Amino acid sequence: MRMLGQALRGHSGWRPAWRDAQPKSGYDVVVIGGGGHGLATAYYLAKNHGIRNVAVLERGWIGGGNSGRNTQVCRSNYFHAASSSFYDHSLRLYEHLGAELNFNIMLSQRGLIQLAHSEHELEITRRWCNAVRMNNVDCEMLTPAQIQRLAAPIELNGRFPVVGGFMQRRAGISRHDAVVWGYARAASALGVDIVQNCEVTGFDIADGRVRGVRTSRGTIAADKVVMSVAGYSSHLAALAGLRLPITTMALQAMVTEPVKPILDVIVISASVHAYASQSDRGEIVMGAGADAYNSYAQRGGLPQQRATICAVLELFPSFSRLRLMRQWAGRVDITPDTSPLMGLTPIEGLFINCGWGTGGYKAIPAGGDTMAHTIATGVPHPLIAPFALDRFKRGALVDEGAAAGVAH
Amino acid sequence: MLRIACPYCGERDEVEFTFGGTSHVARPSEEVDDATWAEYLFVRDNPVGAHFERWLHAYGCGRWFNVARDTLTHEILKVYLMGDPKPELSRT
Repeated sequence: MRMLGQALRGHSGWRPAWRDAQPKSGYDVVVIGGGGHGLATAYYLAKNHGIRNVAVLERGWIGGGNSGRNTQVCRSNYFHAASSSFYDHSLRLYEHLGAELNFNIMLSQRGLIQLAHSEHELEITRRWCNAVRMNNVDCEMLTPAQIQRLAAPIELNGRFPVVGGFMQRRAGISRHDAVVWGYARAASALGVDIVQNCEVTGFDIADGRVRGVRTSRGTIAADKVVMSVAGYSSHLAALAGLRLPITTMALQAMVTEPVKPILDVIVISASVHAYASQSDRGEIVMGAGADAYNSYAQRGGLPQQRATICAVLELFPSFSRLRLMRQWAGRVDITPDTSPLMGLTPIEGLFINCGWGTGGYKAIPAGGDTMAHTIATGVPHPLIAPFALDRFKRGALVDEGAAAGVAH
Repeated sequence: MLRIACPYCGERDEVEFTFGGTSHVARPSEEVDDATWAEYLFVRDNPVGAHFERWLHAYGCGRWFNVARDTLTHEILKVYLMGDPKPELSRT
């Protein structure tokens, strides 16, 4: 009814879903970065730990970075137990997020198929599938005939023959803007200040303890600060005197013009390095690997774009008649093992939730939940202990990049 | 599309080359502590602007060389040989 009423009034009567706050002089916790992770962290701090004197500082507008540039996939079919348990916690939170936030995040658990194109790849795929099942996450092997039934437009006998694959049926897509706005509205309602157009320009650190942040809108005191940004993580950390094991690259995605429903699963191929799904609006959403070199340009290179399109068209020849509608790129922070950097830093009171590389969207609920726990208690949440910043010094890498053969 | 001037073959398209990461990373002695060794293995400068990096002309002469490239604009600022010192750039 409100939709109908607004339609008659030219949609001029909608009220903002959250307060666009002015920064106060001090908070209990300052969250740097108004993306999904930062807003979720603030929300769970307020809801689970009763810490409501919290500010989220965003340089631009909330959800304007990688939270709005991803391809909306959430899944938990990871090889290593540390990753699988963390991402499955995230997927479970996603499953109830719409009800929890009272905001329709349009979660569609349509299932994700990972393709194998040779007998050797099929063996590795079976090993991967078994590892996922050992981690107590749903996963099953599929025959080519089963894949054809689930994904009708796929070409089984083309340049990249499909000899099998596995599927996580609980994997799916959701609406990324809704996740950001849902967390923002819920956090704001619990008293969190969301401050946009507020860039952090420095940290106040005394005796190895963080005391606050300097921003483009004045100094803000806080004994607990969490860095929850992407793209400029290295530069933000450098303001606190930290060097992060991060390389920033461009990751691109693209969509075709919308068509009627034709593909109701997500299809990924690691060896041709492309994936495709169809959005609720009907667009075919395509993505692939990051461009090969360091980049802050927020635009993808043509060779990677061409490789992605070629791979998708070999798998789905009928898509060749679709026109490309949009193409974009995000700055992704790739770590040496493609797992995130989460938890404590050498500076007391300064926490980190960065380095999500090409896969931060699926981790938003668990990232917020576990970081809120870590900030409130001062002890890393058990699920994120393996992703500590000092794992490189200890040699305890969580090498998902090597496990999957691709960055993710 | 980057156009990279291989010092041996001349200017070619980016697709002929393989990126080799940050250049001028010096290996420390084996006596250093774990933190220094981890820094050498895993931590690189991640600059906005001029980045000194290695490229391989994989589908050409097969030789390595250095490139100074702007990571924000992708402009190639200088091409120089392996073993050459890090060049001074008139602008960064």
